Amino acid sequence: MNKKLAQSIAFWIFRILGILVVGILLWILGFIIYNGIGAISFEFLFSEPKEGMTKGGIFPAIVGTCCLIAGSMLVAFPIGVMSAIYLNEYTVNGKIAKFIRTMTNNLGGVPSVIFGLFGMALFVNAMKWGDSIIAGSFTLGLLVLPLVIRTTEEALKMVPDSFRTGSYALGANKLQTIRRVVLPTAFPNILTGLILAVGRVSGETAPILFTVAAYFLPKLPTGIFDQVMALPYHLYVISTSGTNLEATRPMAYGTALVLITLVLCINLLAAFLRRKFGKM
Amino acid sequence: MRRFIEKIVENILRLSGAVTTIIILLMVVFLFKEGFGLFNNPVVERGHVLCVNASNKIAYLNSKEIKLIFDGEIENWNKLGGEDMAIEIFRFNEIFSRYSEEEFGNDYEKLPEKLGEVISSTPGIIAFIPGQYMPSSMPKVKALADEKIGGADFFGGKEWIPTSVPSPQFGVLPLVLGTLLVSFIAILIALPLGLGVAVYLSELAKDRVRKILKPAVELLAGIPSVVYGFFGLVVLVPLVQRALNLPVGETAFTGSLVLAIMALPTIITVAEDAMRSTPSAMREASLALGATHWQTIYRVIIPYASSGISAAVILGIGRAVGETMAVLMVTGNAAVMPTSLFAPIRTIPAAIAAELGEAPVGGAHYQALFMLGCILFIITLVMSIASELISKRDPGKGV
Repeated sequence: MNKKLAQSIAFWIFRILGILVVGILLWILGFIIYNGIGAISFEFLFSEPKEGMTKGGIFPAIVGTCCLIAGSMLVAFPIGVMSAIYLNEYTVNGKIAKFIRTMTNNLGGVPSVIFGLFGMALFVNAMKWGDSIIAGSFTLGLLVLPLVIRTTEEALKMVPDSFRTGSYALGANKLQTIRRVVLPTAFPNILTGLILAVGRVSGETAPILFTVAAYFLPKLPTGIFDQVMALPYHLYVISTSGTNLEATRPMAYGTALVLITLVLCINLLAAFLRRKFGKM
Repeated sequence: MRRFIEKIVENILRLSGAVTTIIILLMVVFLFKEGFGLFNNPVVERGHVLCVNASNKIAYLNSKEIKLIFDGEIENWNKLGGEDMAIEIFRFNEIFSRYSEEEFGNDYEKLPEKLGEVISSTPGIIAFIPGQYMPSSMPKVKALADEKIGGADFFGGKEWIPTSVPSPQFGVLPLVLGTLLVSFIAILIALPLGLGVAVYLSELAKDRVRKILKPAVELLAGIPSVVYGFFGLVVLVPLVQRALNLPVGETAFTGSLVLAIMALPTIITVAEDAMRSTPSAMREASLALGATHWQTIYRVIIPYASSGISAAVILGIGRAVGETMAVLMVTGNAAVMPTSLFAPIRTIPAAIAAELGEAPVGGAHYQALFMLGCILFIITLVMSIASELISKRDPGKGV
């Protein structure tokens, strides 16, 4: 009897903890949606900030974040996919592959603020690109590189070996097999990984603090050497350092809602694709 | 020709395979190159000198002593091993109230001479002046030796005041301890919670519940840290302040709460994976011996998964240590030695994020922030290697 009682107490605690985690998520989401929904309007989404960021909208920040997403994917996608192809197709279980995997893991564990420091030292100062979209894109691109490599590698692993041997049997060489058979088969899952990376990039603040983000810049960028505003940095700025915090709060809630909607939609899309094209 | 192209492609692939290794190497080079530049800086603000009267026996002062003198906390030279003589602080600007404009000459060419006069005539003086106006020809003026910032000042210093004049204080202890305090408390909060949820997910939850709980955990992991920070700022900060009746709600504890929520997904996912990998033979053997499901969980499954769980904890700490924005927004950012969990503190990443924008590129403050980056880089690298080693260990050993 006693051990039955212990069991049911323990299990109820676990159930409550499980509910608690869902509760925390709902609390955060609910709080931001409830407070932010009132700020969302056509004007908020498509005009620039006005009157010390207490009025107007966040259009430049949305555009800036889109620029950074595009730029960082241009950096991370080709390098990440090539790196994964090398790992999975060329050095399957050698010592080199193991070493590279360890390094990729380690890079994945480096805090994002270190990427910011590194990006500032290398791209902004040493390469003399200044605070610019290109410096920010490279910094963010390197940040998500481990994620892109890992997801691409898993996608490649899911391609059955019989596909490869079948291709060889037809007289194709290794490169043709990769290009015509392996990559097309793995493509949906590679895409899923890419979308996850987009979700990560759109929410990162620390790496762009010193490489691209502008405090207030109402005009849209015209080239890759321009500074831009970005959603996460904008949220940070208007929630901590405005001159009139009370008046900017609605703007902050609205920005948080837009940011969280963007990130969660991207993650849900990735989850949907994953379910559709196979588990990763 | 085709062979040739193939060779080129293969080499490009090989190069991109090495890219993460190259990035890590570049990081080490850039962080450490900038960071170690700090130790080439003099303790006194660059371009300035401290002068004393030549009769003074003191030949050099360390950065802490300089700060105490200029804060007025050391008032006599005998406290520093000199003669019994009151210290008279002289800042450069004061020269303009002692002499009229005309006395300096048209191009201020007589400025060094006037400075020299002041220093020569005051035995207990310590003067903080720009190096270019140093009255080096005057026999009764002595410049203090040009000490460099030392490793002990940096790693053992208890004060982080990078803007202090004349001698900026770069002691990292408050920041390091602040970071460790916030992270450890966060894990203490997150571990029981996360472990419970992991047990629930891997052992108890029905498929229907799992289908809700798993995505919820993933979504929690996907929320950007700045949103957590914002949530912490507008919800948790006032809550902590009111609940605990504190003067400010921005405390180390608030930071730990936010970090605990952020570390949950990592702990839950890794621990659940470890528990699921318990061989069913062990589980069934335990049940066959008459143990209840709960006894099986805490006597068999948790010990078996202990290495995976430790890996999860270390990974969680690593994440928490490096987390920037959320902590920056809710901990109050006071760079003081942490004395209480319920007082503001500042962490290493928060210091970098908050101060780098104001630090002139290439200056001592800038380099000190890179040095902080090096410390953070090493801490997180050690954590991720440790978690990898532990999770690779034979899982049966913990039983």
